[in-house]
Amino acid sequence: MEGKMIEDYLRLATDGIMHRKLRSWLTMVGIFVGIIAVVTLISLGQGLQRVIDEQFEMVGGDRIIVTPGRGGTLTGVPRGSFVAAKLDKSDLDVIEKVRGVDSAAGVILATGNVKADNKRILIPIFGVPTDPKYQKLLKQIDFFAVDEGRYLKEGDRYKAQVGVRTRDFFDTDIDVGDKIEIEGIMFDIVGKNKKTGNPFHDSKITIPIETAQELFNKSDGYSMIQVKVEKGSDVSEVAENIKKKLRRHRGVKEGEEDFTAETPQNIVRVFKDVFNLVTGFLAGIAAISLLVGGIGIMTTMYTSVLERTHQIGIMKAIGARNSDILLIFLIEAGMLGLVGGIIGVLLGLLLSKFAEYLVVNYGGIDIFRVHASPELIIGTLLFSFLVGCFSGYLPARRASKMHPVEALRK
Amino acid sequence: MEKIETEPIIELRDVWKIYKMGNVEVPALRGLTMKVYPHEFVAIMGPSGSGKSTAMNMIGCLDVPTKGEIYLDGEDVSRLSESDLAQIRGRKIGFIFQTFNLMPRLTALENVMLPMTFQDIPRYERERRAKKLLEDVGLGKRIYHKPSELSGGERQRVAIARSLANNPRVILADEPTGNLDSKMGREIMEMLLELHNSNGKTIVMVTHDESLSRYADKIIHLRDGRITEVEQ
Repeated sequence: MEGKMIEDYLRLATDGIMHRKLRSWLTMVGIFVGIIAVVTLISLGQGLQRVIDEQFEMVGGDRIIVTPGRGGTLTGVPRGSFVAAKLDKSDLDVIEKVRGVDSAAGVILATGNVKADNKRILIPIFGVPTDPKYQKLLKQIDFFAVDEGRYLKEGDRYKAQVGVRTRDFFDTDIDVGDKIEIEGIMFDIVGKNKKTGNPFHDSKITIPIETAQELFNKSDGYSMIQVKVEKGSDVSEVAENIKKKLRRHRGVKEGEEDFTAETPQNIVRVFKDVFNLVTGFLAGIAAISLLVGGIGIMTTMYTSVLERTHQIGIMKAIGARNSDILLIFLIEAGMLGLVGGIIGVLLGLLLSKFAEYLVVNYGGIDIFRVHASPELIIGTLLFSFLVGCFSGYLPARRASKMHPVEALRK
Repeated sequence: MEKIETEPIIELRDVWKIYKMGNVEVPALRGLTMKVYPHEFVAIMGPSGSGKSTAMNMIGCLDVPTKGEIYLDGEDVSRLSESDLAQIRGRKIGFIFQTFNLMPRLTALENVMLPMTFQDIPRYERERRAKKLLEDVGLGKRIYHKPSELSGGERQRVAIARSLANNPRVILADEPTGNLDSKMGREIMEMLLELHNSNGKTIVMVTHDESLSRYADKIIHLRDGRITEVEQ
């Protein structure tokens, strides 16, 4: 078909849509509900993907995190902090001797009762080693990086680094030089952590590990051990070696470990697996809704063909070929799909922006941005047009095969 | 004016059309043989059920016969596919119907342009010709009106303009005045006569109205699917 005719066919096709406004709207609802779901899901998904990737970069690719219990971590937040199994100095010594390990640091994580400005709040407290060897390792992890004031140093006892969000919990400013009360003891704030966008890390307070052990009665136990892998070593291989040595040290069999050694890669993988499962499930629902929408278009088109039988007869009498009629009705169906798709994309973008607003303002994940790529939008519109055409094919074929004399009689 | 040429523009040879109603075969045409020569004005007359509408469908390439041959411009069209017939209809035949059969939601201009659209004629050319044709039928000021905004006579004039869109040699008119009052009917007939006399169109008109037969050069009377009489 020649290009110059398409606009005329479009005119004939949209005419059918415009004439039956209510029915066309209802038909398009069927499509755009599905499209809203697709656009919202994918743009949220792509946004989340970016957050995960950024967090992954903050942890660093050459890191292994060893935690007690089998829970593992999610983006560096230990889940196994409250389990019975413990990691202690002897485990740290074993890990430090594993081939490929550059350095390792035991860290304590506890929930501390913090008071400032006559307000008491529970805040995550990290106890970190202060001797220069470990500080060097910790400084490379974005979660512990300081951008105002200084890092904790050897000899510090009641000194603290605070997260950028810590001040949000209190009415007065919590700044370098101020004091803060943790578990009944006054601490000097010496540094403020760099903003990470992760609400957990942005609210934490970091203190020397000896002080934390004393404060939370943890003697020599660690909540997790951060391991830095030597340059050129394979991170997964080193993680396997750590597991092997720790199993022997702790006297547990393979598959029954009471600890977890994770690389950021498999933390991200676990996260993505969960995310993909949820997305897959929702995408399935979206697909069903698009299928129902397609059936809606088919029904509408069959009705449209029946109603316009006489017009089909006229067009055939004055020279329309079967292919012309087919095209007119295919365009009509495609337009129903496309317009439904446009509305769906707009509403979907609106909905995902709203979701972003909720996540940023109520979820505290400042760095979260929904991401709707041009490919997503164009792809979705094309897809909705094709759903329309596909659903409209059988009705359009019926229209094209009508006998002119019989059609004119209607 | 010399109207009879040696070669007929339309020729039906022993044309049968048999409709099947369940197991019963109902013949609408029983061996119809007739010739229409270029520049003739032929009226096909007969009571309802005489087969005149079926004959009109055959001549207009809207349907194919069960048996027999139909020649249009010397070409056998009785065995062509629906899409080939559509092309021939679009190029060689202009239709005028009793009920006008305009596209209800297109403007007069768009209605006249439509047959040209199906012949892949460029838009500016279609628009130019459609405007000219509408002016010729006296509707130059109403080209953007839809059929529902036009009177019966005006609608039939749009239909006449449309029938001329692809400059066909044959105009087929099916009871062209059937839905009009006598004054408007007369206007439409004058217009057809003008097309016949000045533009040299071949006109085949189907009617049961005796008073219209005076416009025709030749009157073919049909009854029960057969020709009963031909008046010159």
